[in-house]
Amino acid sequence: MSTAREYAMGDAKVIPIDSARGGSAAQPAAAFGEEAGGRTGGRRPSPLSALPSPPRDARRGQDPSAGEAPDRTAAVAGRIADTVGQALSGPLGGVAQRLLGRGWEGRAANGLAFLRRRITGDYEVDEFGFDRELTEEVFLSLLRPLAEKYFRVEVRGVENIPAEGGVLIVANHSGVVPLDALMTHVAIHDHHPAHRHLRMLAADLVFVLPGVNELARKAGHTLACNEDAQRLLERGEVVGVWPEGFKGIGKPFAERYKLQRFGRGGFVASALRAQVPIVPCSIVGAEETYPMIGNARTLARLLGLPYVPITPTFPWLGPLGAVPLPTKWTIQFGEPISTDVHPPEAADDPMLVFNLTDEVRETIQHTLYRLLVQRRSVFF
Amino acid sequence: MGKVVLVTGVARQLGARFVRAIRQEPDVDLVVGVDLQPPAYDIDPPQAPDRAAADGRRDRVADYVFVRADIRRPAVARVIAEYSVDTVVHMQVSATSLGSGGRGTVKETNVIGTMQLLGACQKSPTVQRLVVKSTTSVYGSAPRDPAVFSERMQPKTLPSGGFAKDAVEVEGYVRGFARRRPDVAVGVLRFANIIGPAADTPLAGYFSLPVLPTVLGYDPRLQFVHEDDAVEVLRLASLDARRGTTNSGTFNVAGEGVLLLSQCARRLGRPTVPLLLPAINWVAGVVRQTRVADFSPEQIRLLTHGRVVDVTQLHETFGYRPRRTTAEAFADFAAHRAPGLLPPERLTAAADRLAGLLPPAGRPHTTQPTPPEPSGPAAPAPGTLELDLR
Repeated sequence: MSTAREYAMGDAKVIPIDSARGGSAAQPAAAFGEEAGGRTGGRRPSPLSALPSPPRDARRGQDPSAGEAPDRTAAVAGRIADTVGQALSGPLGGVAQRLLGRGWEGRAANGLAFLRRRITGDYEVDEFGFDRELTEEVFLSLLRPLAEKYFRVEVRGVENIPAEGGVLIVANHSGVVPLDALMTHVAIHDHHPAHRHLRMLAADLVFVLPGVNELARKAGHTLACNEDAQRLLERGEVVGVWPEGFKGIGKPFAERYKLQRFGRGGFVASALRAQVPIVPCSIVGAEETYPMIGNARTLARLLGLPYVPITPTFPWLGPLGAVPLPTKWTIQFGEPISTDVHPPEAADDPMLVFNLTDEVRETIQHTLYRLLVQRRSVFF
Repeated sequence: MGKVVLVTGVARQLGARFVRAIRQEPDVDLVVGVDLQPPAYDIDPPQAPDRAAADGRRDRVADYVFVRADIRRPAVARVIAEYSVDTVVHMQVSATSLGSGGRGTVKETNVIGTMQLLGACQKSPTVQRLVVKSTTSVYGSAPRDPAVFSERMQPKTLPSGGFAKDAVEVEGYVRGFARRRPDVAVGVLRFANIIGPAADTPLAGYFSLPVLPTVLGYDPRLQFVHEDDAVEVLRLASLDARRGTTNSGTFNVAGEGVLLLSQCARRLGRPTVPLLLPAINWVAGVVRQTRVADFSPEQIRLLTHGRVVDVTQLHETFGYRPRRTTAEAFADFAAHRAPGLLPPERLTAAADRLAGLLPPAGRPHTTQPTPPEPSGPAAPAPGTLELDLR
């Protein structure tokens, strides 16, 4: 009883300190902006700390927080806007230019315009939930350094993807985490002259997991089913499919670059119905990002996952073990295989579908072997 | 001799609006409204005598009779026989009950009511056309289903309960009726969420909450259809098909385009509170108990996984393109709601102010220092700062 009371009193003592701290932290941007403005009067400001990043500050000011009166929110937002703007147009402009490079005002204005559209919901999504603006400004910007600096992805044969119209990209799957799919998206968007977006067909597990499904939908991916695939192809999108699925991505390291079974060829049937070409795509380098030497089957079954990987670093090093190895990647797009020589009804001919599936699979497998022979080292 | 139209579910807002619209049709002689209680809404078409006189058009509207009847009882057969009804518009399939009555009553009205009504229609020699207001919730909301549903698709798992299951059962009976009476033109209209200035649907109730609880990690895609478009589609479906179109069969009715729930909340200016799914279920229970809004499990599924339907059939076969897209319908709804806690205009104004204070791009600061704000503290020449940095 007494301990409980002491505990409660302890709590009560803590509260004012906490709330005081919280109160001062509630408007750091405003206070800090004024401080920065005042300090420039005589002494030299620390350039790093005096560097306000306007979009983030603005968002903090306008973050939807329940229970706050609209007037106050708007007033706080306005005050932050004022202080930050004053600081930027006044003394800090030079600092900002020095640190952010030339043209930072333009970029800041773009960022603000982007933020403005986001906070008012003034953007478009297509019927699959694809948010083009968010994908281009945020997702691809985050993935680009990974593709260019970390994996140094070399993209070949991107001219095999037509500038417009539907096309089905079929690729090999590997590397425990579907990084290869994300890198292919970046590769096509950045290297293709028309900056097309890859719309991937993902496993249903992606759409069951909270968080992941939201991001996947906004990045333009959809469930791997015939209806969705055909709909996307008929809309004239670049559709990416990894027919090996979990069998490919979760295969042991010893079987690297050996293509697994290509399903029942549902992707070929979709391409036949939509009369779009199939572009085989071979990805080298993804296999070695996470060398999977074991599979915790019991844990996977408990968690309802297709596999739980064990690599030389994971789970032994904890989160550090989840960092992929910096391998050198090559993504090769092959010659398109046209499907319009067959009528759309050919999709119901199992022999033709199997033949085409095999053709695509062989092409990818042979390209993989060729690329592996050419490769000098895993990491360079 | 003109048509005699029987409308069930006239006590609701949409039913009353439909009666108003159909009474203005020149081919319609009599409209019979059936419901448990008289409509609380105006069912007389707006009178515009001066305009009608100027146009030289007749200002006659079809007569209207209200019959207080329970469609769960065979009495409805007598009504059909008495007025020799030839067009039946069944709109009494709804998620909520008017006034008192729990889920059990609602289900009985939906399912038993439809069975009685269809039985009555089957016996009647005069009935030539049946229009049923259904819902796109027959497709359910699940993560493992295709992203866009067309009329021919079946969901992987049928809705297991609630209004959606009622609608699935109702559509099953309607299909059976169509087989038994091939001479009757049957139109099934699957409406997306109907929204508009006066919408009284559960979803409209949800969007009127000051703070919108959402499911953490999910941002569902939603589709809306405006009330005006819904009434217009019902009107077209209950008349003879226009040239080159077919109005019997099953059609998805939704405005073009898609809105994410987060977009809806931002456009309404209402903050969202993402909660874990179990917490949402608990909150829903509380909200249901306090009757602030109806938060049924299927609505939670809709607000988790969303649902989008294909409207190509409506455009091409039915021959109607909703005048308002999903976004426009929602904008009209938002315009008639009280502003939320974070009105988009204020946020825009704040962002604009910030953008206006940025120095114009491409101008070097060292040569053209911007004059300091009058209220701000005295700023030194930017040159000093740069020296300090070196």
